[in-house]
Amino acid sequence: MNTSTVLAAAGQVTGGEEVTFWILAPLALIGAIGMVWARNAVHSALFLVLTMLCLGVFYVLQAGPFIGMVQIIVYTGAIMMLFLFVLMLVGRDASDSLIETLRGQRVAAVVLGLGFAGLVGTGLYRALNGVAAVGLEQANAEGNVQGIARLLFTKYVLAFELTSALLITAAIGAMVLAHIERRKEDKMDQVATMKARFRPGNYPGPKPGPGIFATSSSVATPARLPDGRLTDRSTPAILPQRELTAEETTLKGTER
Amino acid sequence: MNTLLLAQDPTLADFGRDPWWLVLIKIVFAFVFGLLATLLGVWFERRVVGYMQVRPGPNQVGPFGLLQTLADGLKMAFKEDILPKSADKVVYFFAPVISVVCAVTALSVVPFGPMVSIFGHRTPLQVTDVPVAVLVLLACSSLAVYGIVLGGWASGSTYPLLGGLRSSAQMISYEVAMGLSIVAVFMTAGTMSTSGIVAAQGDATRLTIAGVEIPAPGWYAILLLPSFIIFFIATVGETNRAPFDLPEAESELVAGFMTEYSSLKFALFMLSEYVAMVTMSAVTTTLFLGGWRAPWPITLWGDANTGWWPMLWFFGKVLLLVFVFVWLRGTLPRLRYDQFMRFGWKVLLPINLVWILVLAGLRSIEDWQSRDRLLATAVGAGVLLLATLLWPSRKPAPKPTPQEQADSRPYGSFPLPPLDLQVPPSPRTKRVVAEREPANIATGSDSQEV
Repeated sequence: MNTSTVLAAAGQVTGGEEVTFWILAPLALIGAIGMVWARNAVHSALFLVLTMLCLGVFYVLQAGPFIGMVQIIVYTGAIMMLFLFVLMLVGRDASDSLIETLRGQRVAAVVLGLGFAGLVGTGLYRALNGVAAVGLEQANAEGNVQGIARLLFTKYVLAFELTSALLITAAIGAMVLAHIERRKEDKMDQVATMKARFRPGNYPGPKPGPGIFATSSSVATPARLPDGRLTDRSTPAILPQRELTAEETTLKGTER
Repeated sequence: MNTLLLAQDPTLADFGRDPWWLVLIKIVFAFVFGLLATLLGVWFERRVVGYMQVRPGPNQVGPFGLLQTLADGLKMAFKEDILPKSADKVVYFFAPVISVVCAVTALSVVPFGPMVSIFGHRTPLQVTDVPVAVLVLLACSSLAVYGIVLGGWASGSTYPLLGGLRSSAQMISYEVAMGLSIVAVFMTAGTMSTSGIVAAQGDATRLTIAGVEIPAPGWYAILLLPSFIIFFIATVGETNRAPFDLPEAESELVAGFMTEYSSLKFALFMLSEYVAMVTMSAVTTTLFLGGWRAPWPITLWGDANTGWWPMLWFFGKVLLLVFVFVWLRGTLPRLRYDQFMRFGWKVLLPINLVWILVLAGLRSIEDWQSRDRLLATAVGAGVLLLATLLWPSRKPAPKPTPQEQADSRPYGSFPLPPLDLQVPPSPRTKRVVAEREPANIATGSDSQEV
């Protein structure tokens, strides 16, 4: 994996390239198929990661070390990571259900997929028709990174800048939609929180634990204050309060 | 001799010419270096932290307690390997493996030294180098997130999941700062290959001040100081070391992503953490501290940068950085999560962007005449200085007087003594004075008796 071998790879297929290809190509296919077939969403994402990694190595094999590394860093490292992040928040047991929620979505998906493939195919055909390839040796003449940089910042600089503007707009839009700005007056700083805590009418101490001085240690039993009164501050609001009867609190004769 | 000296710096063309056994030796060396560094690194950390906390640290097993880590490792291997019932078995197994593989792979593009002769072959002391070697390092560190995140997810319980989510957010955020600080290195060195960057830091520009030729420092830690500082901070965040060890914050998350791990799988996570620390130190050394090149006083000795000696300087620099890692751990408390994120996005990132802009500006005026260049820099610095001086500062609101503060308290608050309270003299003191006064008069009148 260095300049000489990479540039040699551009010309003819070497032994190492062939071995790498035949090891990674089945893995990439397994990843692609597994991504569709896996029931668990996280497994699906992991299969996709496998395919992307294999693709990254393929790019390196094809004398494009820069795009290969960028594929691994950006797609595998950042985008798929965020994807996984969201999937994990959804919950680990969330699996695909096979019930069709939208009627006819499979047929529509197949038709749209075929249509998109046709569109890309014809577009590529029309774009590449009659173009004479100069070969990788010439494209990588001043180095792979330098070659890409030259094209990116001269011929395609407008497209590059437009894409970056689009991405920045999308990022800022997402932030604006998701961001909740609280007014400065609404924010409680530590002093305000402390003052609210000690405001008259608010008991600053901790709530009594369940069952202190009570007849039972159940959380449903209200605690008893030192003067013998019951306090319902110790019981959760959602539980029905339950005080044991005298019969229940008498000794059962088990202590003998 | 001169040609031999010039040939010390390996170029990209020097790679890929080794016979297979040499490649194998190099790979095994890098791997063993990672493992040994872990063994010694854990011992080193415990001893240094012990010294900082005025206690001995491990000192029983072997000389100076050197074999303590080995004993701990053996003990860990014989512990019961617990697989939680709700764990995702395959992913649970692969997560620590991913962590270790990513941490060790990064060592393969780190240059340990210049061209040396091994069994008659002249070869660079580096496993391999590519035109995009630094991107390989970035790729390894970005894939290392998967180990932690998947470990957290596959454990099937809450704390590990929270640790995993934290870590993914943390590492992605700090990777941005890290990548941006490397941009400055790329701009200055003009290459992404690690051996090229080390070579670029070697040929120091020579300044002629008053007729005396002085070699200016070539290390990027000095030339690109802001990048170096930000890179090192991001490195600490990227390796999950204190004070940024939020994914495994034991006071909040038990042990974070590795809560459910035990035995060898836990050992693998531990290993990957220390290998990552050593790898990141090596990368920092390569990118900013001149790699294997000797520091200044040693360079006075002509052979300092030839043969096998540079490996010693390299290990010395790595050891120094590992010490800084340990020092940070022994000194700083852990940051809160929101403070940590704010620091990454609102401090490191903007500073980095501005610095890159300034650097690009400086580089674009490099071809100008020296007078124009000086003028442009001075004007820029002057504008910056004026802006800082004349920046309108917000006047703070007047502080309420104690009386106003007391009046603004709600009804029923704890009673305060009056603010103009004059402490009355003690009644006892008054009595003493009252008794004494007539006594004084008495002594005055009875003076004749004395």
